[in-house]
Amino acid sequence: MTSVSKGSSAVSTTEPAIEVRALCKSFGSNDVLKGIDFHVDQGEVVCVIGPSGSGKSTLLRCVNRLEEPTTGSVMVEGVDITDPETDLDKMRTRIGMVFQQFNLFPHLTVLGNLTLAQQRAKKRGKAEAIEVARRNLAKVGLAEKENAFPSQLSGGQQQRVAIARALSMDPDMMLFDEPTSALDPELVGDVLEVMKQLAREGMTMMVVTHEMGFAREVGDRVVFMDGGVVVEQGKPEDVLGNPQHERTRSFLSKVL
Amino acid sequence: MKPSTRRRLFQGVLYAIFVIVILVVVFLADWDAIRTNFFNLEVAAATFPEIVVIAAKNTVIYTVIAFIGGLILGLILALMKLSPVLPYRWLATGYIELFRGLPALLVIFGFAYAIPIAFQWRPPGGSVGAGLIGLIVVSAAYIAETIRAGIEAVPKGQVEAARSLGINPTWTMVSVVLPQAFRIITPPLTNELVILIKDTSLLFIAGLALGERELTTFARDSLTSLANATPLVVASLLYLVITLPLTQLVAKLERHNKRGR
Ligand SMILES: Nc1ncnc2c1ncn2[C@@H]1O[C@H](COP(=O)(O)OP(=O)(O)OP(=O)(O)O)[C@@H](O)[C@H]1O
Ligand SMILES: [Mg+2]
Repeated sequence: MTSVSKGSSAVSTTEPAIEVRALCKSFGSNDVLKGIDFHVDQGEVVCVIGPSGSGKSTLLRCVNRLEEPTTGSVMVEGVDITDPETDLDKMRTRIGMVFQQFNLFPHLTVLGNLTLAQQRAKKRGKAEAIEVARRNLAKVGLAEKENAFPSQLSGGQQQRVAIARALSMDPDMMLFDEPTSALDPELVGDVLEVMKQLAREGMTMMVVTHEMGFAREVGDRVVFMDGGVVVEQGKPEDVLGNPQHERTRSFLSKVL
Repeated sequence: MKPSTRRRLFQGVLYAIFVIVILVVVFLADWDAIRTNFFNLEVAAATFPEIVVIAAKNTVIYTVIAFIGGLILGLILALMKLSPVLPYRWLATGYIELFRGLPALLVIFGFAYAIPIAFQWRPPGGSVGAGLIGLIVVSAAYIAETIRAGIEAVPKGQVEAARSLGINPTWTMVSVVLPQAFRIITPPLTNELVILIKDTSLLFIAGLALGERELTTFARDSLTSLANATPLVVASLLYLVITLPLTQLVAKLERHNKRGR
C-alpha cells in the first residue's frame, strides 16, 4: 500500500485539510471534548481510534459542524467553519461524510440518492448529475443497482451507495464514522476495499474505526483518543505496535 | 367442569344472546312500515338524479376543497410549530388548541357570518365559500398535529445526511423530510379525509342555496318534501360509495410505498 507522496516542499505551503485547535465540546455538564488539537493534511489518511464514549464521533461531527463546538477553532482548508459568516452549506459540499447507519434516503432510488444533493446543493443539471452518479456507482461496484431502493440492498451495498453519494459531490475530503460497525462481518470487506481504493487515489480521509487492520494498512497516521483528549498519535506501526501510553496499551489489548 | 367445557359453554351463551336479540328485533319491527318509509323504491327514484349530480357531487367538491386547504394551512402551522422562532410556535399552538377545542359547527357558523361582515368581502361561493373557510380552519388544526408528528418521526440521521451533503434547510425539508413524513402519516391523513367527507354535512349551517346542497342537507330536504325517510338511506349509501373506494385506494397506495421505506 502506497499513499500518495506529499512532496516535502508542497507540505510547507499547503494548509492542512482539517485543523482543529483547542476544541472543547460539552453537552450540558458533560464535557465530551476537552481541548483537542488535531489535524489532517491534504491527501493524508488519519484513523481515529479509542474506546466507546471517548468523543471520536463528536470530534468528527465538529469538523462539518453537525455538532456546534463549545470553544476552540475548526479550520477546513483554511476556512473557519465556526465563523457565522462562513457559507456552511458550500463548505459541506467539499466535505463528504459517511455514517455508521448509512442514512440513505429511503424514499429515493439509488440514483435519486446520488443526484439529489448534486442538483439541490451543487446546482448541477439533471443529465450531469446522473452522469456523475453513474460514474461513482461503477466505482463502488454497484452500477447495476441504480434503480433499486435502499431497502432492497444489503447493508454493505447500502454503505457503498452512501460512499458513492458523498463522492458524487466531488469532495476534497471524506469523513467516515465507523462505516463498517453496523455491518455483518462478511460484508465489511467490500466496504473497506472501496475505502482503500479511495485512499490509493489520494483522497484526504478522516476515519473513525474499530478496524485495526484497516488502520494499520491504510492509515498514514493513527490518533488514539480517550476521555475527550488525544492521548497518543503517530505512525500506525508505532501507535498500534509499540504504544507509549498505558491507556493506549490497555485499549489495544482489548480490541486486538 | 373442565376449562375447555366452560369456555365452550360461555361461547354458546354468547351465541344464544345474539340470536335472541336478532329475533326480538325482527319480531318487534314493523317490516311493512320499514319498507314503505325507508326502502321505498318510488321515493328513492324520485331523488334521482339530483341526489347524485347535485348533492353527492357537492359533497365531493366541498371535501376536496376543504382537504387541500386544510393540508396547505396545516403544513404551514406544523412548520410554525417546529420553528425555532418562539412567537411562531406560540401562534401555531394557540391556533391548534383553539380550533380543536371548538365544535366545528360553531366555527363554520361563525365564519359564514363573520367573514362577510368583518372584511366587507364575500368570499367566492358566497356563504358556502365562507363556511368552507371555516371547515378548512378546523381541519387544518387537526392536520397540523398529524403533519408535525410525521415530521418528528423522520429519523434525525436523514436530516444530518442531507445537511452534510450541503443541502440547505428548506430543500432538506422539501426533498427529504416531508416526502418521508407524508408516507408515515398516510393512514391518519386518510382518517382525517374520511372525517372531512362527513363533516361537509355541517356546511348546512352556512345556509345553502338549492344547487349548493350536499348529501345530508339534500336528504333532509327530500325527507320533508317527500314525507318519507328513504332519501336518508340513499344518502347513506352514497356516502359509503364515496368513502369505501377511497380507503381502498389509500391502502393500495400504502402497499406501493412500502418499497421506499
Ligand atoms: N447529542 C448529544 N447529546 C448529549 N450527549 C451526547 C450527544 N452526542 C454524544 N453525547 C455524549 O458524548 C460522549 C461521547 O460520544 P461520542 O459519540 O463522541 O463517542 P464515541 O467515541 O464516538 O463512541 P462510540 O465508539 O460508542 O461511537 C458520550 O458520553 C455521549 O453520551
Ligand atoms: Mg461514535
